Amino acid sequence: MFEIFGIPSQALFGQLLIGLINGSFYALLSLGLAVIFGMLNIINFSHGAQYMMGAFAAYLILQYAGLGYWPALIIAPILVGITGIIIERAFLQWLYKLDHLYGLLLTFGLALILEGVARNYFGSAGLPYTVPESLQGGRNLGFMFLPNYRAWVIAASLTVCIGTWFVIERTRLGAYLRAATENPTLVRAFGINVPRMITLTYGFGVALAAFAGVMAAPIYNVSPQMGSELIIVVFAVVVIGGMGSILGAIVTGFGLGVVEGLTKVFFPEASNTVIFVIMAIVLLVRPAGLFGRRG
Amino acid sequence: MERVVDPLTKKSSAWRVQSETIAFVVMVAALAIAPFFTYPLFLMQAMCFALFACAFNLLIGYVGLLSFGHALYFGWASYLSAHAAKVWGFTPELAILTGTATAAICGLIAGSLAIRRQGIYFAMITLALAQMMFFFALQAKFTGGEDGIQGVPRGHLFGLIDLRNEMTMYAVVLIIFLAGFMFIYRIIHSPFGEVLKAIRENEARAISLGYKTDRYKLAAFVLSATLAGVGGATKAIVLQLASLTDVNWPMSGEVVLMTLVGGLSTIFGPVVGAFVILVMQFKLAPIGEWVLVIQGAIFVACVLLFRRGIVGELANKLRIRL
Repeated sequence: MFEIFGIPSQALFGQLLIGLINGSFYALLSLGLAVIFGMLNIINFSHGAQYMMGAFAAYLILQYAGLGYWPALIIAPILVGITGIIIERAFLQWLYKLDHLYGLLLTFGLALILEGVARNYFGSAGLPYTVPESLQGGRNLGFMFLPNYRAWVIAASLTVCIGTWFVIERTRLGAYLRAATENPTLVRAFGINVPRMITLTYGFGVALAAFAGVMAAPIYNVSPQMGSELIIVVFAVVVIGGMGSILGAIVTGFGLGVVEGLTKVFFPEASNTVIFVIMAIVLLVRPAGLFGRRG
Repeated sequence: MERVVDPLTKKSSAWRVQSETIAFVVMVAALAIAPFFTYPLFLMQAMCFALFACAFNLLIGYVGLLSFGHALYFGWASYLSAHAAKVWGFTPELAILTGTATAAICGLIAGSLAIRRQGIYFAMITLALAQMMFFFALQAKFTGGEDGIQGVPRGHLFGLIDLRNEMTMYAVVLIIFLAGFMFIYRIIHSPFGEVLKAIRENEARAISLGYKTDRYKLAAFVLSATLAGVGGATKAIVLQLASLTDVNWPMSGEVVLMTLVGGLSTIFGPVVGAFVILVMQFKLAPIGEWVLVIQGAIFVACVLLFRRGIVGELANKLRIRL
């Protein structure tokens, strides 16, 4: 046991870990928002609700199909991703020619519907979801105790984030995506089915949110409002990072999670608001965001 | 935003003024006789929300800026108004002024940050700042946290007129609402308002014509926040309550919904929208959480099928301006 700036190391590292966990979710969600915004030019307000859907899907898969965490980690994102594809085909595709703001309003409406339905069927109180058996327990690192499940969340989130970055920046599919973001008409002229690509991108972004939701289920309670609380913070993260860069979204997400964790140690009253304060400062100093392009 | 094409460009401006005047007279007459037919308290609350929605519409309908955090000005005005009336013992008009001034200051600070980014980022910044102030309201001592500020005295207007009488209070709220409404009408039809509309249509061109658009946007933002504050501050006196509901993000969504349902960029739309949404909430209260689902469905329907809103559709059908 030793102390840093008068704070017991146990508390400091504990909060750092929580910060990294929160950061994992910020990174996954802001990544999904950035991918969707890049292709659809829509800010997906229902992203938080879809994250919540992922957690509920995991819960329902356990209740009704008897399948545990690991199958749910694959099945829930696929199911929620399919609902995303339906949403894109049924609603969003009619909005691309209109102002961006209509996309925001429509997805806000969808978020209200999803949250309202969840509240009606499950109530506002959280439902428990246990940590999978294979990841229970933890290990002592000498300076702190690291629960296995939390280590897994950080590793999985990093892997998925970097995997997404790799696909978009370093593969042929990613090159098509980036080209279609820049100039969809021209890419279509080359014989690539851009509308289908847009649909699948939305499905993928939503599946990312659901994946984060399944991972969050054992850490936070599964509750209808888990998404709306998170999504506003993620918006601030996106404003700070700028949506121009995938890597920027990942770095900002983890970084802000850690800053928030440290604030909990040194100045707990401000831990809820620190990210918003940082957003205000970034807007004053670098209005385009840390990784954003001006425009 | 997509806008209603002005159907009147070919008609004489006399008729244009007439249709708005007639609608205004109808509205005033309806509000004057309404308290004899339905609950005055409900009507007063609806007028406060109508003013809130009109203030919000000034920004989205006439400058094209979507603020997703207008609950900040409404809610904090209502907190300060309630606090001033209850703890500092201010008379109601001074309490409302205190709340309004709070909203103006918040609007100046939040607005000068938010206008540094455009479009979608603007909406996200206003939402995030509002959420920050929600957490302040949650933690601050004087707001009473989850309980809010309860039992706010209505007091005596100018120290003379007892507002505990429901009809007297109603008259005061009606005057405040109409004054706010006419002020917004004046702003929209002033040279300043014309510049705002120019910014909405084509900001780059407005800049090239020599307008400092950031200053205009900030002025419009502060005006909108201030008028939203008048609504919030008055509401605190009327309902004798200021609570977290008024500063939380669903409230910001609700005012967007009211304006969208009534009709963006129409003068009377937000008023109609506010009444429609409040009546709906009142009637549907027994079914609990389904209200949220229905509101969400209305959002979706409005965006997909019904972008002009009630008043916008009506104006378009009758080929008049409302």
